[in-house]
This record gives sequence, structure tokens and C-alpha cells, in this order.
Amino acid sequence: MNFENFIEKIAPLFEETPPSALTAQTHYKELPEWTSLIALSLIVQVFNELGSTITGDDIEASATLGELFERVKKGAE
Amino acid sequence: MGDSPFSLAGKTILITGASSGIGRACAIESAKLGAKIIAGGRDEERLAETLAAVPTEGSSAVSADLLEPDFCKKISAAVSADEPLDGIVFSAGMNRLLPVGFIGEKEFAAAMRVNAEAPLMLVQTLLREKKLKRGASVVFISSISGGNVVSPGAAVYSATKSAADALMKSLALELASKQIRVNAVCPGAVETKMNALAAVSEAQKAEAEKRYPLKRFGKPEEIAYAVIYLLSDAAAWTTGTRLVIDGGFTLL
Repeated sequence: MNFENFIEKIAPLFEETPPSALTAQTHYKELPEWTSLIALSLIVQVFNELGSTITGDDIEASATLGELFERVKKGAE
Repeated sequence: MGDSPFSLAGKTILITGASSGIGRACAIESAKLGAKIIAGGRDEERLAETLAAVPTEGSSAVSADLLEPDFCKKISAAVSADEPLDGIVFSAGMNRLLPVGFIGEKEFAAAMRVNAEAPLMLVQTLLREKKLKRGASVVFISSISGGNVVSPGAAVYSATKSAADALMKSLALELASKQIRVNAVCPGAVETKMNALAAVSEAQKAEAEKRYPLKRFGKPEEIAYAVIYLLSDAAAWTTGTRLVIDGGFTLL
């Protein structure tokens, strides 16, 4: 799993932000469409599409998509 | 204790989902009031732990998975025809948070099976085999989800609990001729493993607790005490009701 692959899978959850704007530095929880429902969708999407188990605590703890990706990689081990 | 209308002395009660959470609390607290328990669940080890905490002699455990086709047969075989049931508590439940865009046929069917269909099938089987006494009490552990409120990600859970509520009322009506009472206890959030798995994060859980007028989630025993009322003769004229126990959550 690489970062591009991760972004491709989660980009559809962010309907107001173009995929090109989703980078490792993106503070995704500050995007206008961010809600707790997107947090939940992220957990389910990452599990279904990338076989990784992350929790809400992982999301709490990661500010950027790059940080979140590190946790997604760990969750797939 | 035997004279109190709240006593369960001499009653045999089947409890599904007795290996943890609310089901386990129902088993232990009902036994303290004299009931003989048949504890149903999937995990044999955790069922044994429940049974070890149940003080009444003659209590037993039956391991069955409500998603397997033979669950009715297995559970019914654990009930002696010489000692038909005075009560059933349906506490086995499934709650996986899924936003509506992620709900698949399989997830929907499994939750509906465990939360609504299985209790109905089990009542059918036990009645057919004359293992549910005239005057028995059946209690569904339902939820405020569905009947009172919905929340993000809980569409499947809410739908299945609403289905369980409707089945509860239908059973109450149709089984009244046998003096069998059927009711539901509808908890708000309770401190259980299932709830911990459903919570998105610790921070969100703390935030959620603040929204309860009584400022905390419920304890499994606090739900069990309501179940005991419905199982007991104190509730002899209570049927078809949803008893909400939610720390005041639905007042707001």
C-alpha cells in the first residue's frame, strides 16, 4: 500500500475537496466537509478497501493525511 | 424473598447473549433473586465465566451462534420438556456502526437476523415444543435507537431494533391468549464491550456522556433490574410495552 493508493480510496469521502488537494500535509479535519460521519466512513473505508483496522483514536491523534497514512499502514500489519 | 412479587424463585429463565454485557448482568442478577438460568452465548469460555458467577443450582449454559442455521435446535435442546421456561431474555445483539453508504446486503441481513429474526424463530420453536409455560414472560433487550432516536452510523442497528420492537408488540398481542407477556427494555448507551466497539473514540465517548441528563452511561445491572421487573409476577399485567431506561437522554 502506498500513499497514492490510500488517497485514491479515501478521496471519494471528501466531496468538496478535489483529490489533487489531498496531500500528506493536508489537515483533513479542517476541511469544510469534515464531520464525525466522515470519520466513521474513513474507518470503514480503510477496513474494506485496504484491510487496515484503525480507530477513532487514530484519527484523533493524526492531524495530517500523512500522519493518518502511517497509522493506516500500522493497522494493516 | 419468596413472598415478594419481584422474586424470581422457582422460575427457569433462558438468557441469550449471556456471555457478556447486559445479558451477563441479567443472568447474575436474576439468579440472585432465585431464578435458575440457562445461559446462551457464542463464546464457551466467557459463558463459563457467567455461569460461575450465577449462584443458583441447576443453572446451565448452551453455546450457539444465532447466525448458524441450527441455533433454534441447539438452544431448545438445552431446555428440558419437564421444566418449561418461565421467562426468556433476548440480549444477544449486533451493533456495527456503518454510514448508510457502506451498508451491504450481508451486514444488513446479519444484524436483522441476530437482533430481530432469531428471537422470533426461537419463540416459535419453544412454543411448538411446549417449552414455554403459560404465563411466561419474554423480554427483548431493544434500544432507544430506532424507536426513539437515530444517530450517525446506526441506521442498520436502529432499523433492526425497530423491527424487534414491532415483533415484541405482535407477539404480546398474539400470545396474550396463553397469558404469555412480551415486553422490551430500551436502554440508552450502557457501559459494555459492544458499546466500546461502537464508539468512534474515547473523546467522543466522553462528549456523548455529557449529553445524558444524568451525566453518565448506564451500567449493565441497571438494565438487568428493569428486566427482572418484567420477568417477575410484579409485572403480571404489563405486556407489549417498551420500558425506556436511558438516564434521561430522550427527554431532550
